[in-house]
Amino acid sequence: MFNKSRNATALEKSGPVEEFEGRSLWHDARIRLFRNKAAVGSMIILAIIALMAIFAPMLSPFEYDEIDWGYIQEGPNWENGHIFGTDGNGRDLFIRILYGARVSLAVGLLATAVSLVIGVTYGAIAGYFGGRIDNIMMRFVDVMYSLPFMFFVIMLMVVFGRNIFLIFVALGAVEWLTMARIVRGQTLSIRRREFIEAAHATGVSSFKIIFRHVIPNVLGPVIVYMTLTIPQVILTESFLSFLGLGVQEPLTSWGVLISEGAKVIEASTWMLVYPAIFLALTLFCFNFIGDGLRDALDPKDR
Amino acid sequence: MILYAFRRLMIAIPTLFIVITVAFFMMRAAPGGPFDQERVLPPEIERNIKAAYDLDKPLVEQYVIYLGKILRGDFGPSIKIRDFTVAELIMAGAPASIQLGLSAIVLALVFGVGLGTYAALHQNTKTDFAVMGVAMVGIAVPNFVMAPLLSLIFGVYLSLLPTAGWGGGDLKYKILPIIALALPQVAYIARLTRGSMVEVLHSNYIRTARAKGLRERLVVIRHAIRGALLPVVSYLGPATAAVMTGSVVIESIFGAPGIGTYFVKAALNRDYPLVMGVVIVYAVLIIFLNFLVDMVYGLLDPKLKTQ
Repeated sequence: MFNKSRNATALEKSGPVEEFEGRSLWHDARIRLFRNKAAVGSMIILAIIALMAIFAPMLSPFEYDEIDWGYIQEGPNWENGHIFGTDGNGRDLFIRILYGARVSLAVGLLATAVSLVIGVTYGAIAGYFGGRIDNIMMRFVDVMYSLPFMFFVIMLMVVFGRNIFLIFVALGAVEWLTMARIVRGQTLSIRRREFIEAAHATGVSSFKIIFRHVIPNVLGPVIVYMTLTIPQVILTESFLSFLGLGVQEPLTSWGVLISEGAKVIEASTWMLVYPAIFLALTLFCFNFIGDGLRDALDPKDR
Repeated sequence: MILYAFRRLMIAIPTLFIVITVAFFMMRAAPGGPFDQERVLPPEIERNIKAAYDLDKPLVEQYVIYLGKILRGDFGPSIKIRDFTVAELIMAGAPASIQLGLSAIVLALVFGVGLGTYAALHQNTKTDFAVMGVAMVGIAVPNFVMAPLLSLIFGVYLSLLPTAGWGGGDLKYKILPIIALALPQVAYIARLTRGSMVEVLHSNYIRTARAKGLRERLVVIRHAIRGALLPVVSYLGPATAAVMTGSVVIESIFGAPGIGTYFVKAALNRDYPLVMGVVIVYAVLIIFLNFLVDMVYGLLDPKLKTQ
């Protein structure tokens, strides 16, 4: 009796066991995530927006840089095909919003990927080695934290011109700090665990331990934070575009469209409202998914 | 505590130094200079002008000269806005920026903590969902969208408040910019407060407080808020940074005469001294407020106090 219960707790502690079908951490989390209506709805909406962005040219009879001289800055009208109206240059707003979605989503995903790579590696190394290395590395993060980063990014845009790849790198380079802190904390808590020591004892190199054993085991919080970083980056890109430092004409992004709309808001409200709805909806969805993932992966509620 | 304050201050100084250095060299790395224009100046005149601003010297020497001047509190003259020194421009713009920024932060704190606590006390009821839904809108609608919408609704449709301008600092001109700056932060703080409040309300010391028969109101005010505020206080650092950067956009949308409006224009015009001045002022504000936040955190967090 006593033995049996001890075995049971030992089994539980050993974490995910493959034989018990459907009881692994990730499977559990997936079930819980799909039970969350807000998160599922958000995923569907995001998927639709992403598909619309990918297949944009097929969804509209107009080109994103085509000027329709007959309809300059005209309101939404289903009869002439400009369902969201046209902008000040007579370009169809609907197709421009979809092309803007391409830029905004691409920036969001790529910059987050950059921050993910830097942050996870940095945090895992600091946490795994600990001691003085950890101390120096995290002090550096502290100092970086207190810099007025947006001003540097703005200056960077001014210095190197409006280069879209630079936006990815610059935003990624800003956003990795929190990621590094999260991963470091998680790494600290698992680096003394048996499976790490076992790997160490069998002669696996530190580099391999970090990438094969540490990082896969801290992925939960990383994924949650990643879903929350994407909207953050999209927002920052829009902010830069709003200031006139984003992508260049005739290409566009949601921030550019919003800034054009904001200038003529009294005469042509639609030029602000439609791109703003797309932006807000996307940010909404990512935040809901992030919240849903956090609830799904948080062991406290289980 | 004093030692802790001292150590934090010791980090602030090198941070400021890094800001100045990075900003200086980044600005100078930009192609083009302040005197690029349509009209080509005769070379002698251009040389004289450059000499007047020390721009003819090697970059490192300029940097050393600049650092020396900064230490003496001299930000130099603005290159593009004739007859004004950077210090004068900043002194003229700072009151508006600081008023807007500080009011926005205070507003965000009061409403954010209030709403968050209220939602946490009514966890999983309709009020909770309503408050958190509104907070989500605040997060998803960026301030540069909110600002023109607010000015359209309250300024044009309802004609309650001026759409833009400053009116010599009249209160009614400040209401919309402050709200636009504060809203996203109200939303973040409300969500943070609700999350930590829910957690704190389930903790043992709150159960103890309730068990000894304390009224619910006192449990919340005297015991729960203190614990629940910790994450909010540590968020205040990033929040001030966000409000400061937000003010760059909000000021130009509402035409408020703050220092944020200078920044982008000056950077695009390569007005080196003005860009540097604005960056330094913002950096000092952010670093100083971060320092204050850390001090408050130290006072609130019993774990830090004993160290």
